[in-house]
Parts: sequence; structure tokens; C-alpha cells
Amino acid sequence: MIRIIGILAGLFFALGVLWSFVTGAFTAATEGFGEETAEHAFHEHPLDLELSSDGPLGTWDVPQLQRGFKVYQEVCSACHGLQYVAFRDLADLEYTEAEIKAIAAQFQVPGIDPDTGESVLRAATPTDYIPSPYPNAVAAAAANNNAIPPDLSLITKARHDGSAYVYSLLVGYSAIPEELKAEFPDFSTPPGLYYNRYFPNLNLAMAPPLTSDGQVTYEGGSPTIAQMSEDVAAFLTWTAEPTMAERKAVGWPVLGFLLFATILAWLAKKQIWSSIKPSRKD
Amino acid sequence: MSFPWAQAYEPKTGLTKFLDERLPLPRFVYNAVGAGYPVPRNLNYMWNFGVLAGFALMLQIVTGIVLAMHYAPNALVAFATTEHIMRDVNWGWMMRYAHANGASFFFVVIYLHIFRGLFYSSYKAPREMIWLLGVVIFLLMMATAFMGYVLPWGQMSFWGAKVITGLFGAIPLVGEPLQIWLLGGFAPDNAALNRFFSLHFLMPFVIAGVVILHIWALHIPGSSNPTGVEIKGESDTVPFHPYYTAKDGFGLGIFLLVLMTFVFFLPNFLGHPDNYIEANPLSTPAHIVPEWYFWPFYAILRAFTQDIFFIPAKLLGVLAMFASILVWFFLPWLDKSPVRSGHYRPLFRKFFWFGLIPTMLVLFYCGGAPAEEPFVMLSQIATAYYFLHFLVILPIISSIEKPQPLPYSITEAVLGSDKKPVLGENASPAV
Amino acid sequence: MADTTGTATTEIPVRQIDDTADDGVRRRDFINIAAVSAGGVGAVFVLYPLISQMAPSEDVLAEAVTEVDVSAIEPGQAIKAVFRKQPLFVRRLTAAEIAEAQAVPAGSLRDPETLDERTREGHLDMLVTMGVCTHLGCVPLGAAEGENKGEYGGYFCPCHGSHYDTAGRIRKGPAPTNLLVPEYEFTTDTTITVG
Repeated sequence: MIRIIGILAGLFFALGVLWSFVTGAFTAATEGFGEETAEHAFHEHPLDLELSSDGPLGTWDVPQLQRGFKVYQEVCSACHGLQYVAFRDLADLEYTEAEIKAIAAQFQVPGIDPDTGESVLRAATPTDYIPSPYPNAVAAAAANNNAIPPDLSLITKARHDGSAYVYSLLVGYSAIPEELKAEFPDFSTPPGLYYNRYFPNLNLAMAPPLTSDGQVTYEGGSPTIAQMSEDVAAFLTWTAEPTMAERKAVGWPVLGFLLFATILAWLAKKQIWSSIKPSRKD
Repeated sequence: MSFPWAQAYEPKTGLTKFLDERLPLPRFVYNAVGAGYPVPRNLNYMWNFGVLAGFALMLQIVTGIVLAMHYAPNALVAFATTEHIMRDVNWGWMMRYAHANGASFFFVVIYLHIFRGLFYSSYKAPREMIWLLGVVIFLLMMATAFMGYVLPWGQMSFWGAKVITGLFGAIPLVGEPLQIWLLGGFAPDNAALNRFFSLHFLMPFVIAGVVILHIWALHIPGSSNPTGVEIKGESDTVPFHPYYTAKDGFGLGIFLLVLMTFVFFLPNFLGHPDNYIEANPLSTPAHIVPEWYFWPFYAILRAFTQDIFFIPAKLLGVLAMFASILVWFFLPWLDKSPVRSGHYRPLFRKFFWFGLIPTMLVLFYCGGAPAEEPFVMLSQIATAYYFLHFLVILPIISSIEKPQPLPYSITEAVLGSDKKPVLGENASPAV
Repeated sequence: MADTTGTATTEIPVRQIDDTADDGVRRRDFINIAAVSAGGVGAVFVLYPLISQMAPSEDVLAEAVTEVDVSAIEPGQAIKAVFRKQPLFVRRLTAAEIAEAQAVPAGSLRDPETLDERTREGHLDMLVTMGVCTHLGCVPLGAAEGENKGEYGGYFCPCHGSHYDTAGRIRKGPAPTNLLVPEYEFTTDTTITVG
């Protein structure tokens, strides 16, 4: 009885889903799989980016992180905050306590006037988090043509291949390619948006932030746009996971110990079973 | 129950003698997982995954309790406290990565455990109850994992909660009020997050309770084995300790090596980048996918795109998804073949390796892919086969198949025998 | 043991050696003991992060040092600041209060300390103490204007009636020791850094 009900139920679901399949296949046969879109044809995967933090042995390149922080501070911080990174965390970048205090004091955070209780802006201290320049999301949207600049703390973990994505986006601005115009005459970049081949729908709301070599002054040199982009991508890799170097440093001894213990366990298992393990040969 | 030749527990020290008369816990352990529990001597490494699943449950409970000390289930701060754990709490990153990857590997181990049960037909008499309790554990695990994934309150958490509770909205008449009741609101928010946290904390202990029943039920007939032939005598068994404790110890080492490689070097490989974006009710991710261990079932859910008569496609998908797991409850009565092990069932084996396994892989792949062609059509064919396999093919082959000769006993299977087995001699359920 | 099937003959000499060696660890047991020990050592290692995670996290530690601006405190006034999530009393003593505190012979007190020992050099008028009664941790009165300062003109704990004098020393009541003076220093003439 249970098997008859089972067979009937099985046929019900199988035929039900095959009905979906047949209608789907019929639609596909008569109308095709849908049209190719400009986003699908011209969106590119991020460029290869090699950072010292890559790989199981990778660790931070502190001077690069410092350069990246400089780019963030002078360029990105005009629109983007780092709400999960406190100024005190910059100690990882080998800034001294006094330097961190001075850096924090350059940022304004919301506070309360101790005499009147009114909301005011005060200079940040090392225990504060790196603020967004906008008091709230509505203000951010209003100031940016309705596109809210995302917080950058986790941006490299919040995108596929995040570090390379940030780098590619910064160097990926261009005019609309001629081939795209030829293939998709309807495609356009609306005013206030910018063509960028590494952005999923090709039209990015962020104006090109790095526009000229030497926009940020490095000690002893004027960096290229690519150099600045790489440095800030490295910095944002750090902000997304400041504990990465520690994680890898702990990982190796853990794996080493486990390997040792597992070999011992295997020898013990072999030894214990040897007394009863018969051979098939006889 | 145990076998007459099981070694008897003899308390040796004063303390164990004292305990044995008052709280015979050492005796209990000795008879459950010690030298007093005879186990078939021919278990292969597929029999390691039960112990590993138990270990994974303990790991999840320990790391979970630690995380709950630092996490706050409030929609305003849930995402921030998760980052607080990652950045500021001592070893917080390790606890969170161990918990997140631990969940994934709990499912890896459970899937292999179920796979073992399916191939060796461990669900057959007299072990139906073990199997039924196992399916209950699996369902509880799925609920727990789903609710746990909501807690970091990232984009996938939020939209996952919305989509999964939306499934209940497909139920006719009561669906919509039921969904609102489940969420305590009209969309996932503080109320939903708080109750998910509460239940996510509770469920592992419920699972642990059912696991105890599962093991209790196992100790009545004892473990099955790769031949599927029941234990006939003492020479078929070895004591659980030290033989299988040693074997499980080695298996645990391998398991931990793989898990820790992920925790320390690929911690986000099995996760989704969108969950590092804080939940935003006003913006949907480009394509919503559940965690990888739900992909096969998610593919079945999405495979139904056409209404049938008065039944809407959405409801069909929901029914099929639940049915795809509920069908396991009926397996012991659907597959009536007297032979257990797939090794001795030529027809069953063919459908298993060339039907069910590729189907599961296709469903797995399509569940993680966007809802586009050709993935939808592939998942539709695979879904059809999935139901046909369990509900139609298994009952039919179990009545028409001619099994290969079974060894007389486990000992004979291990050692070989001069005696030619008589065809079909053992092709009746060995009870 | 379920070993009735007969084992390989090569095993026999090994067993004979084992069975005669009654004292000490048998060689065949060594690897088992080593494997179990490795498991035990691993379990002990795991305890460290499990215990350490309950210690103060980095954001808590970062707030363990507080700066207090003391410039606005007039003689005879006190302010309540917050240091490590607990009240901190900063009080500018009047000349009379200093004299009163110094007039008491330290040896006669329950917890003998002089005002000099409880203040920083050159800042005898600046009394910095925790606002935590040493009896059971209540917050004493006396820091704010018009509060009961107790019989000795310093602080008074209303929970169980401990009276502290103008140097924050216990004079009457159940508290065992003087109000705690935390570690602090004057970073400028008008700013103290506590912690």
C-alpha cells in the first residue's frame, strides 16, 4: 500500500516538474534564451592584483598600508567612512600613539556640548571610529545624486575577488568603447554616472576619484593612478580583516600539530588492528 | 541489547566500585562505546562519520556559546557586534570562523553519513528507527543552520530569512498570516532576529537529545556493516574500544586537518560576499542563494515554474522541497529488497551511481547557479529523476532484482572461504 | 578479544616479548600512549582561546585610559568623571580642608596615609579618588553641591554609613580602607591622565 501511494506521489512530482520543463523548453525553442545584454557582454572580471597579503604565507606590507591610508584620507574619506575601523586600530600600521592622536584630531565626529547638551561636532579621539562625512543615509543620498557611498570597512570582503575589484574599479574608467556602441546602440551612460567596465551594470555612480598622477603626494615621489589604486586596495584589504596576519600565523602551528597528532593516531590505529587484521592471501 | 560474548564490565578501583553501585556511569560508557560493545569487524571508513558528526555538534555548541557571549541579537547592532567579534574580541575571529565553517563541515559529514546509509541500506529492518531519528536530526539541523545564518544580519541573512519564511506564505489560506506570525512583523526585523537567536541557541540541545535516542536505537541491533549480513558469532565482531576508538581517532584527525585548513586559510570560501554587507530591506542582492548545503533542495524548490490545474507553481515547489526530504522517512518501506548492501545488488548499484549521485550533483550545482537557462531545465530533469528514484525505481528494482550471492558471515567476507556460497542462501533478511 | 580467527604467525614472537616484559611500558603500547597524549595536549591548547576570549576585548582595553580636564574646578568643588566605567571623584581642596587633613596624625587612622601620599607632588589641593566605597562598592555622596559630606567633611556612603574625610580616608563606618587613588599623572598643569 505504502509503495503504491509512493509511486503515485513520485509520478505526481516527476510529471509536475516535467510539465514545467516542457513548457520551459517550448518557450526556449520558440523565443530563444533571451537577448544578450550590454552588461553581460562587456562587464569584465577584475584585473589580477598581487598583494603581499595574498596566499597562505601572505602578510601585510606596512609601508604600502600607510600609503593606502594616505590615499583614503585625502581622497576616499571625502565620501566614504570606515565605521568598523577605530583610529586606535591604526597602531597595526605602525603609527605611534601620538601620531594616531594627531590623525584622529583631523576628523570630526558627532558629540555633545558639555555645557549646553547640544549636538556638535568634536575632534575625534583614538577610541572613535573613522566617521562617514554624512550624518545619515538620507544626507549621503541627497549629496550624491541618490547613490549612497558605501562604507568601505568591509568592501574587499563584500565583493567577489574584493581587493582586485577595488583596484580594477579605480583604474577602470573610460569612454564607452566603440564596439559596445556598435553592438548596443541603445546603451548609454546617463548624466551623473560614469562608464566603468568592471562595474556589474557598467554605469557607476562614483565619479573617477583618482584623476591624475601625483594626486596624492608620497614621500619622495609622485605615484601613478595605478600605484595609488593598488595601495588603497591593499589598505582596504587590511580594514576588512585586520586579524588576517594573526590568523595565518596561528594556522601553521595548528595544522602542524594536527598533522603530527594524526600521524600518531594512524600509527596507533595500525598497531591496534595489526593483531586481528588477517590477510586475504591464505 | 548486546551480544552474549560482550566483555563484562568489572570495576577495578575503589572509586569505580563505589560509582558502580550508585551511579553506574562508567559501566554505561563501557557498554556503549567501550570494550563492552561488540561491533562488526569489517566496518570501512564510511562508518567514521557518525562519530565525526557528534564531534561537529559539540564543536558547534562550544563555539556557539562563546559567540553568544559577545553577540547581541538586535537589528541595530547585530552586524556591528559580529564585526566586534571579528576585530576586538580575543580569538573572536577564530571562534566565528570555526563556527561558520564548522556548520559547513557538519553538513559535509552528515551528507556522507546519509550517503553511507543509502548505499548500504542501513535503514532496513531492524534499523528503521535509527534511520527515522536520523532524518529528524537532519531536519532539525537544517532549521538550526537557517536560523544561524540570519544572525550576522548581512544581506544574505536578511533576504534568506525573507525568502524562506516566504515559502510558508505559499500555503493556501493560512500562508500569509502564518508568515507574519513567524516573523513577528511584515518583514524580517528585530522580532524575527531575536526569536531566531533564541531558537538557534535552543535547537542544538534538542538535536543532542535526538542524537542520544539515535545512538540508543543503534545499540539495540548494533551497527550494520558493508556486507549487510548480520552478526552470526563472536568472530564477526571486535570490541568498540580500542579498535573503533582508534579508527575514529584517526578519522577525527583527518577531519580536523581539513576543517582547520578552511578556518585558518580559506575562512570565507564557503560563504557569500554579500553577507559582509549589512542587511538593507530596500535593496535586494543580484541573486539570492542559500548556503551551499541547501543548494540541492533550493534547486528542487525553483524547478517548478508552471501551475498545475489549480495548484500554483510556488506551492508545488514548496511541497516538492519538503517532500524531497520527507520521502526519506518512507525509505525502509519503499525498498523491500532483502539484501542490504549495494555491493550485492547489481541493479540498485547502477541506479545509485549513475542515477542518484549525478542527480544530486546536478541539483547541487543548479541550486547555486542563477535562475537562468540552462540551469533551470537541468534542475527540472534532475528533480524528476530524484522523485522517480526514491518513489518509483527503488520499489520496482527491489522486487525484480536478482541479488548476487552474499557471504555466509562477516568473518567469511573478511577471511575468504573455501566453501562456495549457495546462490541466494542468504538472500533473506538476516534478523 | 574476538580474535578466534588465527593471526599471522609473524605476530607470535612479538607477543612473547611483550608478555614477559611486565615492568614499564611495553613497546607496542608506546605509540598508543603517544597518540592519546597528543590528543590531550591538543585539548589543553584549545582551552587557551576558550578562556582568553572572556578577557576584556580590545575596544574595552582602549578605553582603559581617561583624560580629565581639571581646570574648571574651583576650590571646595568636585567633579565626577568616568574612569573604566566607574565614577572618579576629582576634588580641589580649600586651604582649610588641606589643613584639616594634615592635622590628623596618620598613625591614628584605620588605613594610615597622609594627604601628601594621596596627592601628586605640587598638586596638594587636587584629590583624585575612585568614587567607589571600599566597603561594598556603592558610590559615596559628597562630590556634588549640597550632598551629605559626612561627619568629616569629605564623602559619605549612604549604603552602610561610611564616613570619609577631606583626604578621602576612612574615618568611621564599616569600610576597611581609604577611597582608592588610581594611577594618574598630570600631563599638563590642568589635565590629568588616569590609568
